[in-house]
Amino acid sequence: MSTPLSKSPASAALTLRNVTKRFEGAAGRVTALEDISLDVREGEFLVVVGPSGCGKSTLLGLLAGLEHSDEGTIQLGDEPVLSPGRDRLVMFQQDALFPWLNALENVLFGLRLKPGLTDAERLESARYYLNLVGLGNKEKARPHELSGGMRQRVALARSLAPNPRVLLMDEPFSALDALTREQLYGDIQEIFTKRKKTIVLVTHNIREAVCLGDRVVLFSPNPGRVQQVFDVDLPRPRRMNDPALANLAAEVTTALSAHLAADKQ
Amino acid sequence: MKLPRFVIPTFIALAVLGGWEWFVRAGHVNDVLVPAPSHILQWFWWALFDRASFESGHYLVALQKGELLPATWVTMRRLIIGFAIGAAIGIPLGALCARVRWVRDTIGVLALGLQTLPSVCWVPLALLWFGIREEAVLFVVVMGTLWAVVIAVQESVLNVPPLYLRAAQTMGSNGWHLWSRVIFPAALPGVLSGMKQGWAFAWRSLMAAEIFVVIVTGFGLGSLLNAGRELLRMDQVMGVMAVVMLVGLLADLVFFAPLERWLRRSRGLER
Repeated sequence: MSTPLSKSPASAALTLRNVTKRFEGAAGRVTALEDISLDVREGEFLVVVGPSGCGKSTLLGLLAGLEHSDEGTIQLGDEPVLSPGRDRLVMFQQDALFPWLNALENVLFGLRLKPGLTDAERLESARYYLNLVGLGNKEKARPHELSGGMRQRVALARSLAPNPRVLLMDEPFSALDALTREQLYGDIQEIFTKRKKTIVLVTHNIREAVCLGDRVVLFSPNPGRVQQVFDVDLPRPRRMNDPALANLAAEVTTALSAHLAADKQ
Repeated sequence: MKLPRFVIPTFIALAVLGGWEWFVRAGHVNDVLVPAPSHILQWFWWALFDRASFESGHYLVALQKGELLPATWVTMRRLIIGFAIGAAIGIPLGALCARVRWVRDTIGVLALGLQTLPSVCWVPLALLWFGIREEAVLFVVVMGTLWAVVIAVQESVLNVPPLYLRAAQTMGSNGWHLWSRVIFPAALPGVLSGMKQGWAFAWRSLMAAEIFVVIVTGFGLGSLLNAGRELLRMDQVMGVMAVVMLVGLLADLVFFAPLERWLRRSRGLER
């Protein structure tokens, strides 16, 4: 499904303007995000990377509409983001599959809530996406019968199936072993190139960020803010052990250390 | 060679029963106070199969033959109806407690208190409010079931992983859909164990009610047990006790255990 080009040349899918988010914690008021302004372009794979506590998960919660900012605005196209919606589906750190449903039913869950489809179309779509993530033969399997990587694949299919405008990923690879993770990097890139999705991924893994992102946004903590933006022009599919990728990752790491050191002084 | 698992327990049970039989027959205890197992078995036979007219209500009928099954039926019916009412009120009420803070702070707290109250304590009030009628017994059973169910449902709904809710909400689920498709299925194992506890409480309160009150509308197991006491028929008292245990075990074996096993297995909580 193609999206009409909007008037702005950058064609932003998501627009954040001066977004600030605070929490009332036991230790008083904590500013999780301060004055974030960011555009996510249509069809772009944007990765937000930073150490833990830099507010990147909070940012994703705001984009998903699961949390609300204290200041600033977030827009999806021309619409303000005020609540969760199926135009922005989320892949969580844990797979969040429902254990009482099998793989196919899990993928159907979101589709059933999408109006304007017949049941046959929903079923066809669910099967298509399960096949896309390589689990066409696991329709009937319950989540506990699948490996961690397979579960995350089902979760990916579940998020893709209702065809959201933006796919949000909250460290979905961090709980997986290295081998499974690399496989999934390949799958995600393939799907991204094939389906031309807009994707926002948050992660603390700089290598992962550089491997997957068109742009990598470096966050620093206390309070969470944008430090630097890196363009990644490497051809896809990218491999984790590509030297060019390693070089770029080193560059991001150096930048992060410099920012953290500057903060300490 | 490996013995089947049931052999040793059966052997031990037979040895204990044999020892008991010998102990009573040898005259070490008064067999009016402690009847021998063979006596109890005899009573069973008489109470089960030697059917004479069973008329509910009249006290002396407790000594009629063949009244065990009708009495069990009376008790089971009370139990099932009372339990069903208790669960039917308790499940939505528990869900409401989990959902609305002020309901939790009022009814939830009250439930916690009332759960610790043995439901026999309701008998005097029930008798005054409903009279010596079936409703009085049902009321006591409902009071025994209800609060355990409320608390179990409240806890299991509150313990539904927030991640499920977040995932469902992003996919556009909310309101009744969220409750019926996510919260309730996720809470089901907890709800089921709450029901099981409610069933146990219902059983206890019903026995108490039947022992303390003779209800003219039906002669249950508790009444039978109490009649045995008044007529100094300890074989009847012990026989009824055995039936009460058997029914409890049977309910677990036939209803709760398979349901729980299915639930645990289908979610991979058990191999």
